[in-house]
Amino acid sequence: MSNITVNSLVRKFGAVTAVDGISFSVEPGEVFGFLGPNGAGKSTTISILCTLLAPTSGEASVGGFDCVRDADAVRRSIGIIFQDPTLDNGLTAFENLLFHAYLYGLDRRTARKRIDDALSLVGLSGRKNELVRKFSGGMKRRLEIARGILNYPKVLFMDEPTIGLDPQTRNMIWEFIRELKKNTGITVFMTTHYLEEAEFCDRIAIIDTGRIIASGTPAELKAGLQGDTLKLSAIDPNGLMMEIREKFGMEPKITDGGITLTVKQGDEILPALIKGLSTKITAVSMTSPTLNDVFLSLTGKNIREEGSDPYGPVRSYVRHGGH
Amino acid sequence: MANLAHEIKAIYVISYRELKKFIRERSRIMGTMARPILWLFVVGGGMSRLVRPVGGVSYTQFIFPGMIGMTILFASIFSAISIVWDREFGFLKEILVAPISRFSVVVGKAMAGTSISMLQVLILLIFVPVLGIKLNVLQFLLLFVSSGMLAFSLTCFGILVASRMTSYEGFNIIMNFLVMPMFFLSGAMYPVKLMPPVLREITYANPLTYGVDGLKNILLAGASGTPMGPEYPALVDFAVVAGFLAVTAVLSNLSFRRAA
Ligand SMILES: Nc1ncnc2c1ncn2[C@@H]1O[C@H](COP(=O)(O)OP(=O)(O)OP(=O)(O)O)[C@@H](O)[C@H]1O
Ligand SMILES: [Mg+2]
Repeated sequence: MSNITVNSLVRKFGAVTAVDGISFSVEPGEVFGFLGPNGAGKSTTISILCTLLAPTSGEASVGGFDCVRDADAVRRSIGIIFQDPTLDNGLTAFENLLFHAYLYGLDRRTARKRIDDALSLVGLSGRKNELVRKFSGGMKRRLEIARGILNYPKVLFMDEPTIGLDPQTRNMIWEFIRELKKNTGITVFMTTHYLEEAEFCDRIAIIDTGRIIASGTPAELKAGLQGDTLKLSAIDPNGLMMEIREKFGMEPKITDGGITLTVKQGDEILPALIKGLSTKITAVSMTSPTLNDVFLSLTGKNIREEGSDPYGPVRSYVRHGGH
Repeated sequence: MANLAHEIKAIYVISYRELKKFIRERSRIMGTMARPILWLFVVGGGMSRLVRPVGGVSYTQFIFPGMIGMTILFASIFSAISIVWDREFGFLKEILVAPISRFSVVVGKAMAGTSISMLQVLILLIFVPVLGIKLNVLQFLLLFVSSGMLAFSLTCFGILVASRMTSYEGFNIIMNFLVMPMFFLSGAMYPVKLMPPVLREITYANPLTYGVDGLKNILLAGASGTPMGPEYPALVDFAVVAGFLAVTAVLSNLSFRRAA
């Protein structure tokens, strides 16, 4: 049975249709990502799933409970990290967590134990009794994450969990989610418009103007595109082209100083090419399609404006382990 | 019932948070305590030279129940307005997404406002001997209960207002057009009997008038029948405040539920 089920969900704000008939489901233990540009309807979907917003039509359930009819049961089974900060700056880290623990009905002793555990998980043990006002943005975010897991939720919602954080903190948070998933089998629903982050998810749905325009594993989505681009440089590009045509039956294009090839499985073909060719090759490179390419091919626009994503096209072809 | 225990815990922690923050913010305590003290000694002291004691009650003594009423009014409304802060800074979402009833949230907030008000009333009672007012144990208890009822109802009233405010900009409007008139037209500073007719009518419609009058019944009973003394029988004051409490308790819940 799915942990999140959404069926033809619609939410309108006056004339604006923020969520326009989306359907999807998330299996237990999955990390599911919503990838989409600003205003796509990601936060609106989360608000409905966590019972803060009523849908205009359609159905949503979390942990087997209907988000409208059985809101209380849904609330008991979820943890949430909102897009915008929701800490009380006038309380200490400990007090913020204790407040949360009591709201979720934990008794004093359990609360204290879990708070200590959660704080050490996010590396804030030393700041336990400091006012949150004095925390940096990254520390606040980590504290919110600690708070989100305090009630041992079955489903954890994270709305842009790493927005505005430096790469180290981002990595730390990702490491944390991976560990959490491994150790507790928690289901994670997250939204992002960082492409790199979407690549970490088991499955993603690409959402634009309130609609899901594609979904699947990151690899599946990218496989739908033409494939990887290989670039081989050689002193004799013509000879190289001929040899590849003869030995591998492929049609490379000549570019200055070498050739380019578009292939489905670049990571497998590249070693074979290098091994089988006798023409001297001076350099090789491979670029895989990014999720932005997927988004671009589906909508004709980039997820984020050029240059605003520090990772986007530059880093996203780096393969991440585990997929 | 595990559920009831859970809701009580939530009510406790919601009010505990506000109390903790109140005590932590020294400047807020100073600020809220400075107001009645200034009124008492600067305005009250000054006016006492102009206004002769009537029925054995000096002007400073006369405004003391009003100062308690004012302290409760400001503390309660200010505490309830924290809902708007919570919304502005996102913390309200943390509360609303928790598995507790909206009712418990309102009760928690109302308890917070009541406790903060009562704390300040207790501080203000330090001046009772200075002002030459005598207070026995029964009077003290009555004062405590009346202040508590007034504080609770005014906090609920504040929650009712705050639930309808979407931004903090409305705060000044509330202060200038609701809280200040409520204070001035409550008989806190000036005997209601002696007010111009139009203002007097408004004063009669102001629930705080009866709250303050109730306190006068406890503190200035000796001056009954004079302009400096209480206006209504204690029972009338009690009934009006109790009615106000019942109405605001219900409306604050309805209003918060709709807004949340
Ligand atoms: N409370 C609201 N009232 C009116 N319109 C709203 C409200 N909340 C969201 N919207 C609108 O709904 C649309 C979707 O907003 P939403 O916040 O879900 O987008 P998002 O995908 O989370 O975007 P972002 O990446 O910027 O967080 C937007 O056009 C937004 O203006
Ligand atoms: Mg959003």
